[in-house]
Amino acid sequence: MAITTEWAIATKFLREGKAQSLLILVGIGLGVAVIVFLTALINGLQDNTIAKTLGTQAHIRVQPAVERNLIVPPPPGTTQLILEDKRAQRLRSINNWQQVRDILDQQPHITAVSPLISGPAFARRGEALESVALLGIDPERYQRIVNLRDAMVEGAFRIGADDALIGRQLATDLGIRVGDKLRLDGGQEREAVVNVAGIFELGVRELDARYVYLDMKQTQSLVDLPGAATIIDLTVEDIFEAEEVARRVARLTGLKAESWMETNSQLMNALRAQRLSTRMISVFVALSVALGIASVLSVSVVQRTREIGILRAMGTTRQQILRIFLIQGALFGLVGSIPGGLAGYGMIAAFNTLGPKLFFVPIDVGLLLSASSVATLTGIVAAALPARRAATLDPVEAISHV
Amino acid sequence: MSKQNGEEEVLRLEGIRKSYNVGKPTTVEVLHGIDLTLKRSDFAALVGASGSGKSTLLNIVGLLDRPTSGELFLMGEGTRDMDDGRRTELRGDVIGFVFQFHHLIQAFTALENVLMPLMVRTGKPTREQIDRGRQLLAQVGLDGLEHRKPDELSGGQQQRVAVARALINRPALLLADEPTGNLDSKSAAEVFDLFRQFNREFGCAILLVTHDAHMSEQCDRTITMADGHIENDIF
Repeated sequence: MAITTEWAIATKFLREGKAQSLLILVGIGLGVAVIVFLTALINGLQDNTIAKTLGTQAHIRVQPAVERNLIVPPPPGTTQLILEDKRAQRLRSINNWQQVRDILDQQPHITAVSPLISGPAFARRGEALESVALLGIDPERYQRIVNLRDAMVEGAFRIGADDALIGRQLATDLGIRVGDKLRLDGGQEREAVVNVAGIFELGVRELDARYVYLDMKQTQSLVDLPGAATIIDLTVEDIFEAEEVARRVARLTGLKAESWMETNSQLMNALRAQRLSTRMISVFVALSVALGIASVLSVSVVQRTREIGILRAMGTTRQQILRIFLIQGALFGLVGSIPGGLAGYGMIAAFNTLGPKLFFVPIDVGLLLSASSVATLTGIVAAALPARRAATLDPVEAISHV
Repeated sequence: MSKQNGEEEVLRLEGIRKSYNVGKPTTVEVLHGIDLTLKRSDFAALVGASGSGKSTLLNIVGLLDRPTSGELFLMGEGTRDMDDGRRTELRGDVIGFVFQFHHLIQAFTALENVLMPLMVRTGKPTREQIDRGRQLLAQVGLDGLEHRKPDELSGGQQQRVAVARALINRPALLLADEPTGNLDSKSAAEVFDLFRQFNREFGCAILLVTHDAHMSEQCDRTITMADGHIENDIF
């Protein structure tokens, strides 16, 4: 029993009911266009937001474990009453950070490891005083976490014994140009005068006003932690696996490892909510498309009752009748989704060229393929009920149907 | 298939009863035990007042409906215990239908309609089958109209397409429910002549439900039904 006959009958039926078929195809096309456009837009927006967020920070930040009071357990049989003050978290080095760095270098899924030392200081020029964050980095390693080289707006990407990089906002606040001297005060008489080799702009005002990138040695002496690194920044292959990798790093090293998802939990919540609402809209659009297909086919079954009866009398099986209507549903989904998907892409292209140009929405061919297959599947599912009705029609009643 | 085997039994009914609303207080029996045999050479008219059970009997004989009790043998094969799939298969193999209203499928051409009983069973028709379809259309006088859609044909032409369709599978039994009821007398006579011709040429048993006394007189055998019984069976 070949499927060609079912196919021929299904396509003939569709072509015969041209107006009906066209209307529902337009409906399906619109639905698919909306879903494709919306999905691409939200994906583009989210990718863009994440890329911007992660452009200036590590995927995982490893720091010394939180210091806790160590309390001797009481001897058996005694009751201990404790009034405990939480400990102040002083700036501490990661123990054996070179070894930790080397171990993390070997770990799978971790793409970059950058130890750095960070501490507070004042930057002074003449009467002006600004509080800054010192970051002592290994430029080669740090470059793989934050693309500082491309963020340079003046001077050179050069960090050395006396060379420092400062943000554009700080340069403005202190009236500094490339080549000027900058006095840094780490407190308790620890001072240094550095040469401003370059000015960067990361695009986050707070960072551009506070960050001062220095050589590690210089920073170690300014914060009085000789030979120390207080932070190890990591990037991972898959940013959405960061949470999992962070947990593994914490287990492995006994240090505190925080993923960007934890640090930016607000953002993550917003992204998740956005994705959920997009998905809800898609589901409801798909549902109304499915109902449209189902109702068109239900009407078609009624209109064709007599023809179905005739086909049955001629030796067509119930399964064949079922297939005839399932094929119609599948064809609705497939044929409607192709122009619909292309229209969705047209809308994306229009958004990219004519829209506000805040961000670029990439055009993903995979999305068209998955939209088409989902639409086809939806068509089949939507056709299931009318097809069953057609297949179970009593031939005697169907033939005498007027 | 030719008439040399004209004595071969095509259909045998044994004690066929049919009730509607079985098990409810409104149960009504419309066939009260029908016994009937048809041979290949038979050309029989089934007559009777409306409500006498002709159509019900025809639907049962055509395996479109099941009797409440009794047994129906088609080509010597008992059908009581067959599932729907097997009945559908047998129906396609053995029986051709012609209905009062031609019942062509509008989306297909005359030739495609004729080939439909083959297509639903074997898929794409072969060269040979297509030739046979053309030949049948020519025999019913529709030479050159193969590619017309049903709505481009007259009522008589449509009914002749339906006759050709009923014969494409070389059925052993042709069932016709008032096949000419909807036609003018000239077209009706032509369709009737076609039945006669196929009965002789292919040895195809014909059971014809009709209200037309003139037509039933021309049949070889007249089976008269009344109130769910066979009242008369005249050869």
